[in-house]
Parts: sequence; C-alpha cells; structure tokens
Amino acid sequence: MVATRYKTAFKLYPYEKVAAQDAAPVRHPVVIVGGGPIGLALALDLGQKGTPALVLDDHDGAGLGSKAICFAKRTLDIANRLGASQPMVDKGVVWNVGKVFHDDHKVFDFNLQPEDGHRNPAFINLQQPYFEKYLVDAIHTAQAAGAPVELRGRNCVTAMEQHGSYSTLTVETPDGPYQLEADYLIACDGARSPLREMMGLSFDGRVFEDNFLIADVHMKADFPTERWFWFEPPFKNSGQSALLHKQPDDIWRIDFQLGWDIDREKEMDPDRIRARVDAMLSSQAGEVPEYELEWTSIYTFQCRRMEKFRHGNVIFAGDSAHQVSPFGARGANSGVQDADNLAWKLDLVLKGLADDSLLDTYATEREHAADENILNSSRATDFMTPKSELSKTFRNAVLELANKHAFARPLVNSGRLSVPCDYTGFALFGADTLLGGPDISKPGMPCPDAPHGDGFILDHLGGGFILLALGCEAQNVSAHGVGAQALNIMAPSDALKARYLGNTAQAVYLIRPDQHVVARWNNFVADDVTAALATAIGKG
Amino acid sequence: MSMLILTPNLPDPDGFYEELIRAHEGLTKEQSDAFNARLILTLANHIGDREVLRQAFEAAK
Repeated sequence: MVATRYKTAFKLYPYEKVAAQDAAPVRHPVVIVGGGPIGLALALDLGQKGTPALVLDDHDGAGLGSKAICFAKRTLDIANRLGASQPMVDKGVVWNVGKVFHDDHKVFDFNLQPEDGHRNPAFINLQQPYFEKYLVDAIHTAQAAGAPVELRGRNCVTAMEQHGSYSTLTVETPDGPYQLEADYLIACDGARSPLREMMGLSFDGRVFEDNFLIADVHMKADFPTERWFWFEPPFKNSGQSALLHKQPDDIWRIDFQLGWDIDREKEMDPDRIRARVDAMLSSQAGEVPEYELEWTSIYTFQCRRMEKFRHGNVIFAGDSAHQVSPFGARGANSGVQDADNLAWKLDLVLKGLADDSLLDTYATEREHAADENILNSSRATDFMTPKSELSKTFRNAVLELANKHAFARPLVNSGRLSVPCDYTGFALFGADTLLGGPDISKPGMPCPDAPHGDGFILDHLGGGFILLALGCEAQNVSAHGVGAQALNIMAPSDALKARYLGNTAQAVYLIRPDQHVVARWNNFVADDVTAALATAIGKG
Repeated sequence: MSMLILTPNLPDPDGFYEELIRAHEGLTKEQSDAFNARLILTLANHIGDREVLRQAFEAAK
C-alpha cells in the first residue's frame, strides 16, 4: 500500500510497474527521493549531462494547494539553462507596484522598475504545481532526446540502509515492495523528510510562535496587480499583519498573521475566513468584490537547518536540509539553487573526472547559503512580529518615519526577496585579479545577465565550464580531463561591458557549470586559467 | 548650512536594525529608555552640528 497524503493538482508521473520490481536489486548511480521542484530540477540537469537519474515519489504528481508562489530571477535563469523557463514566465504574474500600509493609512508605495537587459524579470508569482509541471514537461523533452532520466510515481521509500559506498532502499508500490541500490542517494523529500527521520538526523533551529491563515481566493473583478502589505491592519480580527498578492488564473493569495494562541478549528470556519477577507478587500475597494474561496489552510513555521547536508553517500537538498519562514521566497528558490550547485559536481564525480570530496563543497557552499536565507527570513519575521515592547516601539517608529522620510524606507522589512548566494572566499574559487571589475560579477557571484547578439549572455553560459573573453581572445583549456570552452566576444554590448568590464577594456572569466564566476583576469594566460579550473573541480 | 540627511544613507539597513534591537535585549523598559537617551546624546555629540540636530528634532516629530 502507498498511502495518499494529499490530492494532486496534476498527475505528472503515473505509476507504472517496471521489470526491476520483480528482479534482484538494481544499482543506480543517482536515486533522488522526492519529485518536487528540487528533485525534478536535479534530475533534469543530470539527465541533460548524460548522467542517469532515477526519481522516486510517493505520489504521482504535483500536490494541490498553496505552496511556493514566488519564483525569483535566479531560479528562472536556472530553469532557462535547463530549457524550462519560458512557460513559467508566460504563465507567471509579474508585478512591480507594492504598497505598504500601517493600520488605516498607507506608509509608502514602491515601483520595482526592472533593470533593462535581462531575459527574466526579478521574480514571478506562479503556483508551485505549474512550476513542477513545466519541469516535468522539460524532462519528457529531454527523455525523448535520450536523457537517462526516469520518474517513478507512487514509489514510496519505506526503509533505507547505508553501506560503505552505496545505500539500499526498500520501496513500497501498489504492486508491493521491491529493493534497489543507489551509489548516491539525494533526499529532496521535503521539510518532514522521511529519509532524514530514518537516519535519525536532527533538524534544529528556531520555532516562531505564530500562525498564518492562507486564503487563496478566485476573483474575477478587476483588481490591481499589486502587492499590498499591512502592518497592524485595521480590519477586524486580522492579526498582526496581512498580505495580498496576485497569482495566475485570477487567484489572489491572502495571508493573515493570527498570532500563537488560536483555535485552529474555529479559524478555519469558512464564514469566519470570509468575514476577514471581506474586511480586507473592502478596506481599499470600498465594497466587497465577488470572490470564491479556493483554498485555505493555517500554517506555522520554523527557521532551521541540518548541521551537515552531506552524510556519506546521502545528500540532502531543499526543504529536507533547510527550512525558512515564507517571507522573502527563500524556500523553493534556495532549493533550486541547491540542485544547480549539486548537479554538475555529481556529474563530474560519477564520470570519474572529480574526486568524491568535490561533493563536500556542495555541503559547505549550500550550508552557507542556508544560513544567509535563515538570517534574512528571521529578520523579516522579527520586524513583522516584534518580540518585545521596545522592538515594537522601534518598528512603529520606522513605519511612522517611512511615511514622511525616504531614509526609513529601507528599514521597513516585510520580506527581502531571495537573491542568489555569493560564494566569495570558498575553496573552489580563485582570486579576483581584474582591477576595476564590477562587484556584481566578482568570483563567487552568479553571472549577471546582459543582452548578447539576438539573445542574452546567460544563454551561452553554464552546462560545462566556459571561458568568457570580452574584448580579447582566449583558447579552450583543460585540467585533469575537464575542459573549459572559450567564448570570445570581441565587441560586447554596452550592458555586457557595464556588468563584466566596469572600468577595464577587456577581461577573461572562468565560469562554472552553475554560472558562478570562478576567477577573472584582464587577459588570457593559459597556465593561470588551467590552475583555476583545477581548483574549481577540487584538484587545485 | 549643513542639511540633515533624509535619504537612505545606512549600509546594510537590516543588519543595523538587528544590532539595534539586540542592543536592548534583556533590558527592562526603564533600562531601555535610559539606553536610548544615552544613545541619542552620544550620536548628537558625534554629529556636532546644532543646526543639523535642530532639523532632526523637526524630522522626528
């Protein structure tokens, strides 16, 4: 029996019996447990590189309901590298205007004018099931082209045993259990990670004593595509804060921060929820627009992470490894960056081109990223829910000042949007020897996008190592069997110059398969580049 | 005449805010008020410009 824990929005990988279920355990190089955004992105990335990946999920598609709704630019850039971003951006809602309210008055509004010269917007709002569906569509396209990816739905891992160099899994299916083996087992099985539980590993952090009521409402009425956020909203029984946000399909996400001591059952009463939503919507529109409740739930959250993301040949990625508050969209976005970081390293190790220790750098780099995300989301939460009288006095002082003076507005924190992690100073990165080079593209940073030819520079970066030469020429190099392909651009666009050259006339960049800058120089010296490439694969 | 800066001027505003709140951790209301008073006097001395301080009194009203 495989229990159904939730309803699915889309059936993406229906159960099909495979021959392996009746045979002796088969060994797989990579088994990914969990077919959510992280597991799917990782499988797609590995498959496109030619490394076999098997995904096991205990359901057969994307779970129904409100989960991640905000996908940031870095995630879309990664999805673009994987050939999956276009339908996401087409379907997603782009918003620029935000309004911040305190009690019954507006504190300020802002317009996030997007910077020109990027393929993707700063973020889109999109329901998670669509994100998963588009990744699975891209996996099907890759499979048709020969990518060795396999998705097995309703395959529930019920037991695991770790041996020296591999793990054995017991998998329950509608046709009974079977066993398989994995050289590397990747746990993308969510915040409640059954694999983490089976291994008895701790998941420590800070519990935030708060309950949030989510109501996704379907509204046909013309309502502005803006993000509205209230501190201490004036409408009745609305709690400490409230948020209104648009999603595709005329769905609006509404969040009410209810506090800690609540009667969950009573708060889930549809009449009570409707009363709250009526009060919120009419506070600005003057009347209650017609709407239907699509989905409601109450959630609490914690900010925590595993102490180590790697345990031998078992590696944790996404919510199984780290969990943050939802403010700032750092859950799914950071998980997709985990997959981005892990895929090329696993690929090199499995092809025998890098040592197993390269995977340790996945853990150190992404543990650092998790700390950054936890810090940012904790700060937002502390601003939204002051933990002391003094803290509340300062918070409200910031809001009052922000109404009149621009200087206080950067202190208003209703969530800082997820930005990519900077790996400056980590072991795989080289020195920054480009004097006058821009900070946004220094070693450790993800490459900024910029127009190039008929498209964008990021279309040409990643997958493998790239040696980007701007205003000069570089040649292909290789170290320990790993190559870096030269991309020479003699006449870079203005935006390319601004984002990669700064005050200099020419530059050479070594770029990782995940589009992070390894090192940069002002001219091409083969020995320097080769040494940096060796460092980047852990053989420096 | 010096002008009070009323446009964003603090690097890492979130980090500053966290440090400010943390400085009050464990203090009673009375202790926090006294801390704030000492803080204002210390910052006023650092600014050292009566005109700027007068403008700040206005801005904070």
